[in-house]
Amino acid sequence: MNVALAAHEIHSDVLTGAGEAGPAPKRVVVAYGFWIFLLSDIVMFSALFAAYAVLVNATAGGPTGAQLFRQGTVAIETGCLLASSYTCGLMLLAVDSRRHFATYFGAAITFALGAAFLALEFREFANMVAHGAGPQRSAFLSAFFALVGCHGLHVTAGLIWLAVMMAQVAVKGFAAAVQRRLLCFALFWHALDIIWVGLFTVVYLMGVAP
Amino acid sequence: MTEARYDRAPGDSGRALTAPRSEVLFYTVGLALAVILTAISFWVANTSLLWGPGVALGLAVLAIAQMGVHLVFFLHITTGPDNTNNVLALAFGVLIVLLVIAGSVWIMANLNTNMMPSGDLMNLHMQH
Repeated sequence: MNVALAAHEIHSDVLTGAGEAGPAPKRVVVAYGFWIFLLSDIVMFSALFAAYAVLVNATAGGPTGAQLFRQGTVAIETGCLLASSYTCGLMLLAVDSRRHFATYFGAAITFALGAAFLALEFREFANMVAHGAGPQRSAFLSAFFALVGCHGLHVTAGLIWLAVMMAQVAVKGFAAAVQRRLLCFALFWHALDIIWVGLFTVVYLMGVAP
Repeated sequence: MTEARYDRAPGDSGRALTAPRSEVLFYTVGLALAVILTAISFWVANTSLLWGPGVALGLAVLAIAQMGVHLVFFLHITTGPDNTNNVLALAFGVLIVLLVIAGSVWIMANLNTNMMPSGDLMNLHMQH
């Protein structure tokens, strides 16, 4: 069947009327599908958030959030992630206008900020474990490490993805498939920042609020 | 007919090719708003000026506002007709998220109050 293949080749200007124009371009379909995945990912995070909210007081006599969390670190982490979300958006603009240097530059800064975020988070985790506040200490800490660690794993996956995408840009140039993947990556990265907003509010700020 | 012929992909502004300058400005406005909201959040959590029990609610409102800023300025989710699919998917996602979180918290709070053995009788359940 070449119908589907041919349909997305047709330029949208030729067609009229949403829904009557035939299959949407592949870029729209792919990004929409990825959007659905992201929402399901957020639903998974909501389960971890719910577990954390339920277990936040179950410290089993161990340290509480107010004793463990350092707001300075969290503020820097938040700044890193927010700035990397911004540079990721600028990188996407560079991709849309096919500027190689701006794309690499935006990706490099995005990667560096994401890596800085991860390094800070890893240091925080290592510190907590070293002080006997590992995930096995209490239900509160199990929920904390599950929630924040899951976000950290997502950021790690995002960094690997970004590195792979830059290799693809270098090898394949701005092919349509590469552009679609970069759009999906930008969606992923922005969604991670949205989850982090909920995370630093619920875990770190509400945890230490007077 | 210059109206939307297709739904727009989430994350696509639809203007990036025609006006990249204004797109950069758009992202920058989003960043500025997000930074302001984040700063207010950190201030609210640390100040003693505000009424204590209201702080958590205020933080929740600020977080939701910031998520809205991210959705609009970074993910380009709009109320336009070419965005209906994206918004509907988002609305469904938000519904499930609310059900999961509110439902869990509600049920577990109920269990805690109704099934908590009296304190000295059983110290296994060490909540609070």
